[in-house]
Amino acid sequence: MTRFILNGQKVNTPMPDDTPLLWVLRDGLELTGTKFGCGMGLCGACTVHVDGTAVKSCSTPVSAVADKHVTTIEHVDKNRVGAAVQAAWQKLDVVQCGYCQSGQIMAATALLAKTPQPSDADIDAAMAGNLCRCATYVRIRAAIHEAATNLAGRGAA
Amino acid sequence: MKTRIENVSRRDFLKAGAGLTLGLVLPGAGSALAAAAKETHGDEAAFAPNAFVRIGSDNRVTVVAKHLEMGQGTYTGLATLVAEELDADWAQVVVEGAPADAKRYNNLLWGPSQGTGGSTAIANSFEQLRQAGASARAMVVQAAAARWKVPAGELRVKAGVVSHAKSGRKASFGELAEAAAKQPVPQEVRLKDPKEFTLIGRHVPRKDSVDKTTGRAQFTQDVKLPGMLVAVVAHPPRFGATVRTVDERAARAVPGVVRVTRIPQGVAVLAHDYWTAKKGRDALQIEWDDSAAYRGSSEQILADYRKLAATPGLVARRDGDADKALGEGAKALEAEYAFPYLAHAPMEPLNCVMRVDAQGCEVWNGEQFQTGDQYTLAAFFGLKPEQVKLNMLYAGGSFGRRANPAADYVLETAHIVKAIRGEAPVKLVWSREDDMRAGYYRPLYLHRLRAALDAQGKPLAWAQRVVGQSIIAGTPFESAMVKDGIDGTSVEGAANLPYAIPNLQVELHTTSKDVKVPVLWWRSVGSTHTAFAAEVFLDELATAAGADPVAYRQALLGAHPRHAGVLKLAADKAGWSKPLAPAKAGKRGRGVAVHESFNTYVAQVVEVTVADDGSFKVDRVVCAVDCGIAVNPDVVRAQMEGGIGFGLAAALSGAITLRDGVVEQSNFHDYPILRIDQMPAVEVHIVPSAAKPTGVGEPGVPPIAPALVNALYAATGKRIRTLPIGEQLKA
Repeated sequence: MTRFILNGQKVNTPMPDDTPLLWVLRDGLELTGTKFGCGMGLCGACTVHVDGTAVKSCSTPVSAVADKHVTTIEHVDKNRVGAAVQAAWQKLDVVQCGYCQSGQIMAATALLAKTPQPSDADIDAAMAGNLCRCATYVRIRAAIHEAATNLAGRGAA
Repeated sequence: MKTRIENVSRRDFLKAGAGLTLGLVLPGAGSALAAAAKETHGDEAAFAPNAFVRIGSDNRVTVVAKHLEMGQGTYTGLATLVAEELDADWAQVVVEGAPADAKRYNNLLWGPSQGTGGSTAIANSFEQLRQAGASARAMVVQAAAARWKVPAGELRVKAGVVSHAKSGRKASFGELAEAAAKQPVPQEVRLKDPKEFTLIGRHVPRKDSVDKTTGRAQFTQDVKLPGMLVAVVAHPPRFGATVRTVDERAARAVPGVVRVTRIPQGVAVLAHDYWTAKKGRDALQIEWDDSAAYRGSSEQILADYRKLAATPGLVARRDGDADKALGEGAKALEAEYAFPYLAHAPMEPLNCVMRVDAQGCEVWNGEQFQTGDQYTLAAFFGLKPEQVKLNMLYAGGSFGRRANPAADYVLETAHIVKAIRGEAPVKLVWSREDDMRAGYYRPLYLHRLRAALDAQGKPLAWAQRVVGQSIIAGTPFESAMVKDGIDGTSVEGAANLPYAIPNLQVELHTTSKDVKVPVLWWRSVGSTHTAFAAEVFLDELATAAGADPVAYRQALLGAHPRHAGVLKLAADKAGWSKPLAPAKAGKRGRGVAVHESFNTYVAQVVEVTVADDGSFKVDRVVCAVDCGIAVNPDVVRAQMEGGIGFGLAAALSGAITLRDGVVEQSNFHDYPILRIDQMPAVEVHIVPSAAKPTGVGEPGVPPIAPALVNALYAATGKRIRTLPIGEQLKA
């Protein structure tokens, strides 16, 4: 039995301690916005925030997040940065198949929270663990810049 | 333009429509998801004039999409066609996936079959869905005319509102929906002249952007039915192997494992959640029977192909006498190009949800091949096809993988459901390793090319031999797509080489009898390899002739203005006539390729910088595309950007290799797909066109690998002839 704070609410799970956080979220708590892509922390589709840091939930046992704050795509818009990232993603129509995009948005939000004005090199370094088979990368870069501009109060939105 | 309405009657539509609504609200899904589904799909429509559009009294316009949304933007494109002729407000339009019903939702380019592929969605729907929108509009207008007792000709429709200028009356679609339903379906409607388009050719936002950026989009992986079991399957390591013995005790001992069952594909472990089922699967002790297994290796296959390439194959095209002309030129060239197996590797590993009861079978799937899967499942369960209900959900990528004539993973799910006698709905979940190792790859190919140039450097002869497995042989498509022993998909892009060469011969050796690796179409199909062989070899000819690669191509494309058009546009926009700016460190190079696939023409100019150690960076790609009318130019750009990234991944590092029949790769660490730091800047330029639209999902892929290899040659003088490029420049 592991207790943690999920999207601002206390939850507990009867799933075994070694169960990856991903499967606790998806199968146990029925929050399916966080995706299964590789199961080895190689693709980032499962990215969530643990105490504000981007973490690959497929390779994080649920016991490792005991009493910690976990935020998923379903709740990221409650955060000013997350909302700006989502809005930029929508404005630039970043998505194609969309399956990796929850993870992309979580990783981008964590990046902008730490680095409000990232360079292309910062973006490439922070986002290299989030794969997109549709290769929407040109727009991911542009949307991160767009969100950064808007958060700095210099954008139209 | 006057066109006849060929839609089925409204009554037929409504009959099926009720079932459709039930299928879309997933029982047992998280309450937020169920609410989202309800919000998206609304209540029973007040007005449903045909199979493709419904208008509710709540003013919502629902477009029923007959094609799978797997990222290519087809939900947006199809809805645009309806909304254009309906004169709807884009904001009032929602899209839902069509049920499996080939009578109403067949792909018009595939005859009586429903499915998505070959970049056909917009091409086959362009007039059909505009007619659907126009006929709905006519009925709404008739309803307003009757209500206001004014001539229909005096009414105007704009952004979902019907208005009558003389009387100042206005009504929304929603207000007119019930009355519109009572109007006769018009026999003929006038479609707009392209000059009148307000949505087609403009930027309209994607319909799936919000759901896919909030986690609300429903993929197969997200379906949860009451009592559903998750199945994870142990597949044999070699194709064609079977289970000899299995010790299930350790698997059954995993707490939460509900069932362990043998199926022809291997051994399935079922639990209420994935992790438990996977733990059970990993605990199985299986001895495999390899007596019928395929045990080839990639190296041996390639060596065998090389021998075949030295012998004549079946002739796919013959102009003049290539054999004779090869000996008569001033200069002769020969080259061999090799291509590995490739996995599709969509981000959503393959999966399928299915339940069966006395009434029939119901499936939730990123469904790409409705008619094939429906008939396969009907035959398997002894049902009528109409008793197999397919719910088409978003696919987290496919690239061809979910359109399998063998229905492999769908049938695997059916075997599991049958093995547990339909006692629970089943969600089959493949791990990434299953997805990469369980088969269906772009085939391994070898091309051998020979050419002769005349004294001026112009090509006099071109002889090409293609060796590889057939994607189509042994499928239900064989009779239609294999002619005189030649699978058209093996030689497309080669047999229709556009360059003016008087003596041209293309031959094919099909190796399906000897090589038992499951193969399938992979985004852009034959052009994944033929474009490379043609465009790299042509570059070699240009080099031998001492000619500029763009000018050399242009001189041979006189009969193919659309190829020539994109080539010129890409070259102009890339600044081809000016020298490439030097790099601070390393050598720079620029390369070009042009290719038509699925009736869409694409040229790409690639700029690279190669470091002293042979590592390199793709700096920029300038892409020109001619796809006829660009229904949604931003989606066209997105498909070019994505196609370039997808093709680059294969060019740089994509390879599935076999050793003693076992696939050596298993996950993204040894089958890398493109990362953001490898993605070049991309510029896309669309040729203005009034021609009917053609597809854009695939045609962005073929030119990138040859253009890149040509750029690397320009930078280094080293010609890559085997894909992937890998470390070859470092050697």
